[in-house]
Amino acid sequence: MKTVTFRIWRGDAGGGKFTDYTTDVSEGMVVLDVVHKIQATQANDLACRWNCKAGKCGSCSAEINGIPRLMCMTRMNTLPTDQPVTLEPMRAFPNIRDLTTDVSWNFRVKTKIKKFNPRKPDAPDGTWRMQQADVDRVQEFRKCIECFLCQDVCHVLRDHHKHDEFIGPRFLVYTAALEMHPLDTEDRLPELKQAQGIGFCNITKCCTKVCPENITITDNAIIPLKERVVDDFYDPLGWLWKKLRPKV
Amino acid sequence: MPPRRFGETARPDAWWVQPVAVFLGFTAFIVYSTWAAFQGSHFWFNGQGADYLSPFYSPELFYPAQYPQAAAHAWFGVQPYWWPNWLVFSPAFLVLWAPAGFRLTCYYYRGAYYKAFWADPPNCAVGEPRKTFLGERYFPLVLQNVHRYFMYLAVIFIFILGYDAWKAMWFADATGAAHFGIGVGTIVLTLNVILLASYTFGCHSLRHLIGGFLDEPSKVSACAKGFACVSCLNRRHMMWAWFSLFWVGFTDVYVRLCAMGIWHDFRIF
Repeated sequence: MKTVTFRIWRGDAGGGKFTDYTTDVSEGMVVLDVVHKIQATQANDLACRWNCKAGKCGSCSAEINGIPRLMCMTRMNTLPTDQPVTLEPMRAFPNIRDLTTDVSWNFRVKTKIKKFNPRKPDAPDGTWRMQQADVDRVQEFRKCIECFLCQDVCHVLRDHHKHDEFIGPRFLVYTAALEMHPLDTEDRLPELKQAQGIGFCNITKCCTKVCPENITITDNAIIPLKERVVDDFYDPLGWLWKKLRPKV
Repeated sequence: MPPRRFGETARPDAWWVQPVAVFLGFTAFIVYSTWAAFQGSHFWFNGQGADYLSPFYSPELFYPAQYPQAAAHAWFGVQPYWWPNWLVFSPAFLVLWAPAGFRLTCYYYRGAYYKAFWADPPNCAVGEPRKTFLGERYFPLVLQNVHRYFMYLAVIFIFILGYDAWKAMWFADATGAAHFGIGVGTIVLTLNVILLASYTFGCHSLRHLIGGFLDEPSKVSACAKGFACVSCLNRRHMMWAWFSLFWVGFTDVYVRLCAMGIWHDFRIF
């Protein structure tokens, strides 16, 4: 058991400040446990969103010592405790109160992405046939828990506030899952290039680093989508090849 | 939340170490390779029957008029007559732009030098110096999309450098007959092409073009296998990028110092 100081953001959309709370931390505790303890003993009005405490609901996203992380999956023994542990809400979204943010922008963005549009069924009974190897590729993207940590760390949203022009890594992953799906027939590349602003991504890989599900966001989703956009809009030989190559 | 100023962050770790290391590493390579390219000499070594050619100068399309000894590697003879007198001729000028363009537009390098040279951002979750941001949507950075064309050239270079490594395995005796052998330079040149190939064949564009463009790669088994192989190298693309960058520079240093008589090329057998 040791005593640790937490520097927690207290405030709302109108402003706020950091407040220090000192509490005892025992073996096995995660940051969310400490927040609940502070909430129970020192600050009953401390606002914090949480649900599963198992890294699967994506609710308790926050910035711990400046890095976007899930509070429920950040063990105290991984943090330096000789100095205050900083806890603040995600910076890419409007603060509601204390550690909670309004992430509704993300759900509005999702509605604008073209939905899954499968080809005609392969069998008379209305079913399809797919190879496991082809499904595996997009299966990785289905691990996303929508914690929006990748959106938070992306400097295009976080620092440059391009929310109207860029959909962010989460929805590039979502688009990749649809666009690379073996059954899907929809073409999302014109929107990706224009309204959804894939060109804003400058490949910092910060989104990959913070993903709690270890999705290889940049290498497996964003860069392949960028390459598909190059195929259609920037590569004359590729465009020609796409027209001439045999369909598989 | 108040916006963060340049370099401001709540991160307690040494976040600045990585961009500073990248900045120093890239700067050192750019300065050395530019200097080496301007030398136009000491780029081949044929002492003790060896046949080593610096990768900065390969393929040697034309040899400099003042170095007829370098004619052995030249594809098209002496330097072109139209080369301006005011500009020193170096065979490196004719080839270095291609691998330089490949690395400049590489997805890994882009992310690394945007951070290290433009602080855009300096590192993850660290405040930036500028408020405006255009990304790669507009000129000049939209030109990064040319990467796949540089990749085509880089693949050709791998075969050329592989041939150079092969030639480095043959040593001429006093009569001029070539015998198989291994010198330290042979190992240096061979390792160079292996590292460059590991970097080049793990390229994101190649990964896309060889099979990533398909939604059902399993229907074309060659594409599926190619995609798997490139993906395997691609997972360590950053590592191969740095190893190959260091080693290609060292290979030039090795050939140069041997050619200058400062280092002695040890013949293993």
